[in-house]
Amino acid sequence: MTHGNQLYGPQPDVAGAAGYADAPPRMGFFTDTSVCIGCKACEVACKEWNAVPEDGLELTGMSYDNTQGLGADTWRHVAFIEQRTTVGEDVDVFDAARRLDTAPPAAAAGQISPVQPEGRTELRWLMSSDVCKHCTHAACLDVCPTGSLFRTEFGTVVVQEDICNGCGYCVPACPYGVIDQRRDDGRAWKCTLCYDRLGAGMEPACAKACPTDSIQFGPLEELRDRAADRVSRLQAAGVTDARLYGASPDDGVGGDGAFFLLLDEPEVYGLPPDPVVTTRDLPDMWRHAAMAAVSLGALAVASFLKRPR
Amino acid sequence: MTGSPWDAEPGGDAPGAAHSGRPRRRRGRGERAMVPDARFSSYYGRPILKPPTWRPLDIAGYLYLGGLAGASSLLAAGGHATGRPALARSAKLGAAGAISLSLAALVHDLGRPTRFLNMLRVVKPTSPMSMGSWLLVGYAPLTLAAAASDVVGRYRLVGSAATGAAGVLGPAVATYTAVLISDTAVPSWHEGHRELPFVFAGSAATAAAGLALVAAPVAQTGPARRMAVLGAALELGAFRSMKRRMGLVAEPFEEGRPHTLLRAAEVLTAGGAALAGCAGQRRHGRRLAAVAGAALLTGSAALRFGVFLAGVASAGDPKYTVVPQRERLRDREG
Ligand code: SF4
Ligand code: SF4
Repeated sequence: MTHGNQLYGPQPDVAGAAGYADAPPRMGFFTDTSVCIGCKACEVACKEWNAVPEDGLELTGMSYDNTQGLGADTWRHVAFIEQRTTVGEDVDVFDAARRLDTAPPAAAAGQISPVQPEGRTELRWLMSSDVCKHCTHAACLDVCPTGSLFRTEFGTVVVQEDICNGCGYCVPACPYGVIDQRRDDGRAWKCTLCYDRLGAGMEPACAKACPTDSIQFGPLEELRDRAADRVSRLQAAGVTDARLYGASPDDGVGGDGAFFLLLDEPEVYGLPPDPVVTTRDLPDMWRHAAMAAVSLGALAVASFLKRPR
Repeated sequence: MTGSPWDAEPGGDAPGAAHSGRPRRRRGRGERAMVPDARFSSYYGRPILKPPTWRPLDIAGYLYLGGLAGASSLLAAGGHATGRPALARSAKLGAAGAISLSLAALVHDLGRPTRFLNMLRVVKPTSPMSMGSWLLVGYAPLTLAAAASDVVGRYRLVGSAATGAAGVLGPAVATYTAVLISDTAVPSWHEGHRELPFVFAGSAATAAAGLALVAAPVAQTGPARRMAVLGAALELGAFRSMKRRMGLVAEPFEEGRPHTLLRAAEVLTAGGAALAGCAGQRRHGRRLAAVAGAALLTGSAALRFGVFLAGVASAGDPKYTVVPQRERLRDREG
């Protein structure tokens, strides 16, 4: 049994369910990785605006990715994937792009010159800016024992650093491996979807900084419509790999507040293919724990029943 | 297209392409292969989940001591009610000591120990740690009152009431810790959420029985000996059926350090229970009981550490996240 849409399933009114009477529309991110150029402006803007501490410089050998992943001190992470693919043989991506009418006005679409040699396999470069998903059913928030993690009026999920006691429960609870504990400080940190900026009517720093509009910010409903339109146009243009990730309210977390357009399987980008909020099974867990507790009690009673020899 | 996990070329190790799972090392004798090796894609082989930041000594210790305390409260209440004062006293002291230590471990593990009391800011049924904190707030003082009244021999009525109440809460203290770790995305913890409370209940019973066997005179430990046997059967049986049902994500229990610990736990628990069964009949009962008790206490600790470390290992390998989820998707679509 799941508690209606409290723990699992579609939840059209997250803020309302969290107790806000007159909430603004749910805000989120649509990250369209098909136009990401891997400039990392989002990573930098996020660190700058949120004063996120430096967390070491390390050359990883993972293409241009020396950031490695989301964590306590990385709230936007640009993934770089190099693939050998035969994409050039079936689809002229530049031609496809021209027909899509998506090139920014400064670079007129027709002026881009395709450089790919005929009939050869090409190096395909996938780039994607990852972020906290601001889940509809957020496991981190569900399990937080202090109430430090809370749902904002915008439907986002934020840690209150003055309350977090560093119990670390949210860290293994997140099905996407987003939130983490800052070692020297002991508390848990993650993307706030720039709660401070939202309150002032501004868009988050990463979306503001993104030069290609790969990161789009807005009311979630609107973003979902725009994303559905974008993916169908890409598909029609022959980019059959294009798919949305986290956009469906029917998925295991009730849909992500920050969702993506990907060009390959999610796990290629380091994303779980079918995440489920762990608290979906919590009623079942409590039930089994109760049965086990009763068994333990019965076992003790049985141990005392027999007269001692 | 590249990246599809099922048709990736063998050895496709290009960045971002398919990584096959590590070759599996089977250490146990005669264990059946539970699942075939799986191919899957990942981002440079990096884990998808963040492994728990909990320190093993603190949190595995917390799981162990909570079980020891909870089941000891049952022995205490039973001993108290059936006129076995020495058994009751050792169990009361054991429960009070174990729960105090476990609370200390919990606080020590916090990133901000001085903010421990923030645990009591809210009552949150969706957070097993919140529920557990409240449970301990009720339970710990009861064990202390029960032990104190027994030792000083005064306020007997209060002591009896506390002993009884602690006995009622004890089983919950012993089993809620299974929910605590199952309610995470950690594959080898979450997938065991149905059986793990029974494993922990059995393990708690053997630990408490072990302590009683070490500390109480043989003449009064009949119930503890029976509890050891029943607890061992529950623990070992539940663990087996858990592993059988879990499929691929049972693998971390069978590899490396967790495997060693869990093997040791099995041998110590089964052996300890067998010895405990004999301890009442032999002339060397006292010595046998002490050996059995030590084996049971160690076995229960090894089980908690084994389960803890297996979970951490399962979170650290993307295979255990990706492959079961892919299977789930395929089943849903197919
Ligand atoms: S992605 Fe993880 S950290 Fe972000 S809201 Fe969801 S569960 Fe919480
Ligand atoms: S570490 Fe902080 S934010 Fe995370 S669950 Fe614990 S109290 Fe909540």
